[in-house]
Amino acid sequence: MTPFAYTAVQTVASPHAHGGNAVSRTMLRVQLALTPATAYAFWLFGWPAFFLWLITLGACLLFEFISLRLMGVPHIRRTLGDSSALLTGWLLALTLPPWAPWWVGVIGAFIAIVIGKQVFGGLGQNVFNPAMVARVALLISFPLPLTQWVTPLPLTTLAAPGFIEGLQITLAGLPPPDAMASASLLGYAKTELSRGSDLVQALAAGHAPLISWIGIRAGSLGESSALLLLAGGLFLLATGVIRWQIPLAVFAGLAIPAAIGHALDPAHYLGVIPHVLSGAAVLGAFFIATDYVTSPTTAPGQLIFGIGVGLLTWVIRTYGSYPEGMAFAVLLMNALTPIIDRYTKPRILGRTRAGKPLDIPAKKGA
Amino acid sequence: MSDNLGTIVKNGLWENNVVFAQMLALCPTMAVTTSGTNGLGMGLATTAVLVVSNIIVSLIRKTVSDQVRIPVFVVIIATLVTVVDMALNAWLHELYKVLGLFIALIVVNCAILGRAEAFAVKSGVTASAVDGLAMGLGFTGALTLIGLIREFLGSGTLFAQASQLLGPGFSFLEVQVAGYGGALLMILPPGAFAVLGFLLAGKRILDDRLAARSVAATTPATA
Repeated sequence: MTPFAYTAVQTVASPHAHGGNAVSRTMLRVQLALTPATAYAFWLFGWPAFFLWLITLGACLLFEFISLRLMGVPHIRRTLGDSSALLTGWLLALTLPPWAPWWVGVIGAFIAIVIGKQVFGGLGQNVFNPAMVARVALLISFPLPLTQWVTPLPLTTLAAPGFIEGLQITLAGLPPPDAMASASLLGYAKTELSRGSDLVQALAAGHAPLISWIGIRAGSLGESSALLLLAGGLFLLATGVIRWQIPLAVFAGLAIPAAIGHALDPAHYLGVIPHVLSGAAVLGAFFIATDYVTSPTTAPGQLIFGIGVGLLTWVIRTYGSYPEGMAFAVLLMNALTPIIDRYTKPRILGRTRAGKPLDIPAKKGA
Repeated sequence: MSDNLGTIVKNGLWENNVVFAQMLALCPTMAVTTSGTNGLGMGLATTAVLVVSNIIVSLIRKTVSDQVRIPVFVVIIATLVTVVDMALNAWLHELYKVLGLFIALIVVNCAILGRAEAFAVKSGVTASAVDGLAMGLGFTGALTLIGLIREFLGSGTLFAQASQLLGPGFSFLEVQVAGYGGALLMILPPGAFAVLGFLLAGKRILDDRLAARSVAATTPATA
């Protein structure tokens, strides 16, 4: 890097302004946006949720470190410091059942970081969203621990497990007592439908899981509070970390078919509100589908991508055998991202869409 | 092409391993390796076909003209596969039920036609037989290894039902890991791809290390 070669490349006179943006800053903002919902989840589900979150994050960092070491990356500390692994772990932890045993977090971290990301060449090279790869792999591999939801037991209540008890739940994998086991709304609706009951009556029954904006309900660690996630998402929008296209399109893709289905046959199709507020819809729309690496780059492409995610989520939730389909929908659309990018490529300046030079008429009198 | 037999064996087992080096026959590799026993059975069946087809192709290599050689090879291989298929159905019916369609698909296993084309048609009978055996055993080893890893991670057993394949004397091979339910994904196709990928990476690292060591060993000698 001789000074001469350096100046030869520059086309504009100095001084140069730097936007100040960096991978680590973007990641930090996303983490900041996730904090309220995560803190709320700790309060809602108690110590076990906190331990699981901590273990998943730690394991992600560890596997990232091991991978970078094996690949002989020169600046391990700096690469680790971009905190992308931390964010992957955070998102993964938020999709896990809050009382899942510790090994779920560790295996998930291995799948996310090693198989989902580093095998492809590290940050920016992966085809699929690492957190979602891990989530789906865990769900398929260990159906039982991954679908054991617990009734929220806020930390401030007496029945909540204490610090030591929480450690036992996470580390020793003590299954939650039956009284605390609970179904998420989507799971409940799926079960009731498969039993042939009418959804309207089933949801009106007293033991049906509640829908609420505030989010005191069973579910994954971080999907409970739609309100706080929404606040985080709006923060990301306001700071320009994400653009509006993907979240809006995800909600549209999910809400429009839900509204049509519910209007036609409320006994078989859940309405818009349960679809949007339950499950991972808000988390997915703002934090997961918007991953830069695995979503299209152009605005029209992002709209197509988002609608695809929302629509597939609705299709899987409604017709599939799994109650929740956000992770599958994101992965399927990740696979389509290169094609979407190819067909929404912007026109090159001075050329037609096909790539031929524009036919500019010659000047008169030339 | 008639190298010494040691090279042929080494080629088949390691250097040119059907799965790990040539990346051939991946369809059965992915499909049947849900357990070590399945991998072993499939590998042995393929080995049998490979050895006999190599011998026959080598025997008739001077009489068959170039223009019709591929149909002739395919007919030979198909006949042998049918024999193996019926034999398994008769004597190892349990394994046959598991391997099912994939026995018949040995016909289109590119490794067999590949060896006929690449080796047997140019070599003598003994060399061809040894090549078939080495390639087949290399294939068997790869399939068994992948099968064992997937079986261990996926269902927490090793060589389950081995006694049905090898006879009751081999039931000591069967291992059950207590208290481990297994990760279902490893039994499903993604598990096969992941395991094969990691094994390929492992083989390349090992080869690199061996090459580096042999270089290090020869350099002081020449210096």
